Amino acid sequence: MTTEIVVHGKIELALHHLRPASDTLTNGIGTNGTGTRPLLLLHGLGELSPTDVPWYVATWPGPIAALDFTGHGDSSVSRGGGYTAEILLADADAALGALTDGDPERAITVLGRGLGAYIALLLAGARPTQVHGAILADGPGLAGGPTGPTSQSFFSLPTDGSSPDPYALVELGRDLRPPDYAASFVRLALAGSALDEPIAVTAVVRPDWLDAVAREHGVMDVTLAEALAVYVD
Amino acid sequence: MAPSATLEVDYPGAERPARQYHLYPNGVGIAVHEWGEEDAPPLLLVHGGMDFARTYDVFAPRLAAAGWRVVAWDARGHGDSAHVELYSWDADMRDALAVFDHVSPGRPVPVIAHSKGGALMTQLADAQSFRFSHLVNMDGIPWTRRMPDIAEHERSKMMADELAGWLDHRRRTATSRRRPGTIDELARRRGLMNPRLPVEWLRRLVTVGGFESDDGWRWKIDPAMRFGGFGPWRPEWTLMRLPGLPMPFLGILGGVDEVMAWGTPLQKVMRYMPPNGRCEVLDDAGHFVHIEQPDLVSSMALEFIGSSS
Repeated sequence: MTTEIVVHGKIELALHHLRPASDTLTNGIGTNGTGTRPLLLLHGLGELSPTDVPWYVATWPGPIAALDFTGHGDSSVSRGGGYTAEILLADADAALGALTDGDPERAITVLGRGLGAYIALLLAGARPTQVHGAILADGPGLAGGPTGPTSQSFFSLPTDGSSPDPYALVELGRDLRPPDYAASFVRLALAGSALDEPIAVTAVVRPDWLDAVAREHGVMDVTLAEALAVYVD
Repeated sequence: MAPSATLEVDYPGAERPARQYHLYPNGVGIAVHEWGEEDAPPLLLVHGGMDFARTYDVFAPRLAAAGWRVVAWDARGHGDSAHVELYSWDADMRDALAVFDHVSPGRPVPVIAHSKGGALMTQLADAQSFRFSHLVNMDGIPWTRRMPDIAEHERSKMMADELAGWLDHRRRTATSRRRPGTIDELARRRGLMNPRLPVEWLRRLVTVGGFESDDGWRWKIDPAMRFGGFGPWRPEWTLMRLPGLPMPFLGILGGVDEVMAWGTPLQKVMRYMPPNGRCEVLDDAGHFVHIEQPDLVSSMALEFIGSSS
């Protein structure tokens, strides 16, 4: 494994290359002679990236990379918090840029666990031409926060700069996820993607936002192995 | 200690803060500015999005003259506060708590807040009412129309091009800098968003909200921040917090439609007024009611809050 530092604003993100292009099953070359599409893994809330290729994606023939979100793993911690799902989307977008060398014609496939599943959905909607399939899997932080306003209060936490940052755990654990907001990203993905079904839900647990996503046109309800098989082409 | 005033453009009625210092919640430098006597009862002023505390240079002295220790602070990334890794609604709220705790720990204080600051303080007044003796919200009651100065993560509009534009901006923020210019050039640029404010006022803002370097003046605000953005937040959620507020509440809406106006209609707000609250419209003022009409708005606020003694 090698780790690339990807700069996102004042944050330094750790992008771990679990299987670099040179080590792919096809030596980085697809059957059509072009480069094999990378698979980006997005971890769950409070997790960090794996250091080896996880068994459940071992069949993926191309490069595999895993991103530590801001405040997690080897990535920077933000002073005084400020974590939102939208910022993590920008983290994932920075990784997308790195994996495609900034070429808007190139694409990746994304697999997210828990919180990472929600971010994978946002990325599929925000960069529909560059996300060739987003797979939403179970994992920590899948439920997220409420779907509307709450009486939650505000408080400060002791922090020492280590990860996972307590502010990341709290703020990303209560991030608002209205179902119609989540579903709108499916529509954006469908409108911009070359795929008929750019989103695959493999999660067993379906919080309200994910249930709404799964009900949208253009979303597959499949196993992880089936999703990988569809998006590998 | 206040920095040198030699570069500050004069403006009628504008006064520099009597005291300036920093607080460091979680290591983030938050710049605090105070007008009035240090031992006077405290009153907090909260600025809006993409703004800074020194925009109260005319308004704050009027409140201080009535016997208040007027305390304002620059939100993170704004004015003289630190540029940090991330900005968010919750982070702004926690920074605000540090100021409350410093100025009046455990004791309620009157709070006057503008624009996004008004929406922030309305939520805080709902979540931690013990901190507020009165709340004056100056054109910071959101409605369903687009609000330019709600920061990037708190917007409800979401379009494909907005999403891509926001992400493209995020990719550039590591190296981006504010565009330099002369005082007049920066004032003219800000005038596009503040067309109703006098050019001499905008020139002063450049000299208190900007800094001069070899190639000209730049705004101090973090280049990572920008108008626009997206997120799941909805304006009506702030309205829903109003009816239950236990402290006296005064809303002041600007009646003139302009580029920065929130366009909140009085008739839509009135049904959400708390029992001890009221809302008024200034028909000939835009979004910056306290800058356009400092005498009237400060009088309204002082009458509402009551005597400092």
